Amino acid sequence: MADAQTLAASLQTHFGDRLSSCVTSLGEVTIEVARENMLGVFRDLRDEPAFSFEVLIDLCGVDYSTLGMDEWETDSATRSGFSRGVRRVRPDTACHKRFAVVTHLLSIRNNQRLRVRVFAEDDDMPVVDSLTGLWASVGWYEREAFDLFGIVFEGHPDLRRILTDYGFIGHPFRKDFPLSGHVEMIYDEEKQRVVYQPVSIEPRVLVPRVIRHDHRYEHADEQTGEQDDA
Amino acid sequence: MPEFRNLTLNFGPQHPAAHGVLRLVLEMNGEVIERADPHIGLLHRATEKLAESKPYNQSIGYMDRLDYVSMMCNEHGYVLAIEKLLGIEVPERAQYIRVMFDEITRILNHLLWLGAHALDVGAMTVFLYAFREREDLMDAYEAVSGARLHATYYRPGGVSRDLPDRMPQYQPSRFRSKKDIERLNANRQGSLLDFLEDFTERFPRYVDEYETLLTDNRIWKQRTVGIGVVSPERALQLGFSGPMLRGSGIEWDLRKKQPYEVYDRLDFDIPVGTNGDCYDRYLCRVEEMRQSNRIIKQCIEWLRANSGPVLLEDHKITPPRRADMKGDMESLIHHFKLFTEGFTLPEGEAYAAVEHPKGEFGIYLISDGANKPYRIKIRAPGFAHLQAMDEMARGHMLADVVAIIGTQDIVFGEIDR
Repeated sequence: MADAQTLAASLQTHFGDRLSSCVTSLGEVTIEVARENMLGVFRDLRDEPAFSFEVLIDLCGVDYSTLGMDEWETDSATRSGFSRGVRRVRPDTACHKRFAVVTHLLSIRNNQRLRVRVFAEDDDMPVVDSLTGLWASVGWYEREAFDLFGIVFEGHPDLRRILTDYGFIGHPFRKDFPLSGHVEMIYDEEKQRVVYQPVSIEPRVLVPRVIRHDHRYEHADEQTGEQDDA
Repeated sequence: MPEFRNLTLNFGPQHPAAHGVLRLVLEMNGEVIERADPHIGLLHRATEKLAESKPYNQSIGYMDRLDYVSMMCNEHGYVLAIEKLLGIEVPERAQYIRVMFDEITRILNHLLWLGAHALDVGAMTVFLYAFREREDLMDAYEAVSGARLHATYYRPGGVSRDLPDRMPQYQPSRFRSKKDIERLNANRQGSLLDFLEDFTERFPRYVDEYETLLTDNRIWKQRTVGIGVVSPERALQLGFSGPMLRGSGIEWDLRKKQPYEVYDRLDFDIPVGTNGDCYDRYLCRVEEMRQSNRIIKQCIEWLRANSGPVLLEDHKITPPRRADMKGDMESLIHHFKLFTEGFTLPEGEAYAAVEHPKGEFGIYLISDGANKPYRIKIRAPGFAHLQAMDEMARGHMLADVVAIIGTQDIVFGEIDR
């Protein structure tokens, strides 16, 4: 596989200010692009011989609204009790936009991979540009991100729901959507058909989400080659 | 009588040739497809969301249920992503075991594909033959994990246990005579490796049998040659991977190009097609079975000669030995912590991909330092392939749609996730 540092350097020289950030970590290159630059950057990534990312491997939405928040909340802990060894992490959510679209590209010619992240500006109505004009494979991935996260892709020819039920309400992979959902489907004996009703499952946490800073597994090469122009 | 021109046909979701729960809305002009609109999601179980609510180790079992005919390859992608973020190196013996079971899984998957594809197109016998061999391989699954399908055998840091020294035996019952039992148990007298070696000796002959039935069969060729042709450029545009890409003539296999585990030390070839039609993809997959057989043989040879640990000794990630827990306080604490809270991953993101029997199976993992993934995205090869259904089926007859579904090797567990 081609060297990640070389790719990162050539990305920075080619795009310059059009990249919000360029990070190499674990041998993978991640770039961040603002929405107004995204179509131009993606076109260059596909067509420039130095990059020639001819395959779009994957595109997915991410909801960053609860990043770094744990679930270790108790209201009955003793004041003098044991320390749980957990540092409360309250991230500065203001620095992040809520929704992002993460794209994984693969170049067969140069045998290299790239991750591109585009944040949607508005948290209530996340909109990014559709890549359907550049890669044919992106159509369903964008439909999926729209279905599960409610991210709108401007310019998509057929932006319908794909994985959820016909007539589904809400976007189930958002962090504020409960795991058990809002409605359940039962067969109604009287009406002789299937009906929806509010779920009867109580939402519960089996294993709380705990954030520990385990320094043994932190990587020495983390966060190298960072450039912050944004 | 009025003349019907355009007809909308609803194919599935309950149709034997739909390979599960595919609903296809076909717009047809006579018997010619003008547009195919696959409706998916009938098997959507929100695996990714479920994984976000569970510690890492508890989701390994969900991975089996994605593509439920190539179970261990799914697990492999998942544990590779975790290991990449943890930055740990897996013991060599575990790497060989994983590679061996990946290839067993590839044969399992291709056998099911071959049988189902041939059955859809009208050949009954291949299906019965293919399932005969699957039985032996599933016995190997059972011997290492206790389960014939959903093995949950791989772990971050290795595999859950070493290969057994003894194969499970058939027990006498009133339905089987003593002679039958002896015949069935004949190749199960040694270890799992002996059993698999016996299988690899027999298997090339079985593949010859399938090829005798299909490769030069006139009907098979009429149904597959020139059907669903995809040019190399379109295959890349459509995000194809695995045999779908290689059938179109692009030599791309992650085992060779971006080798993981010990694939760079093994000797095998990558078959490539020329025409990009259903027949070429068939030939590619059949040859892949022979190559997998070669890889299994090399793994058996290595595993016989080398012993060693199969799971990392780092008990923050892997459970301590049962015997240690009885006397050692620290082991007990490790065990308790691991099975209640799990382990935490460092902050960051990783994408790990394996050459799954169907194509590139990738796991994109975002961790915020917690004991559960913050976001996990499963990149299933079938999702991109099924998306191309419209393009591949356009202009073909209705019966060819069945051949195209077959050649795409559709399994809904991974597409709907």
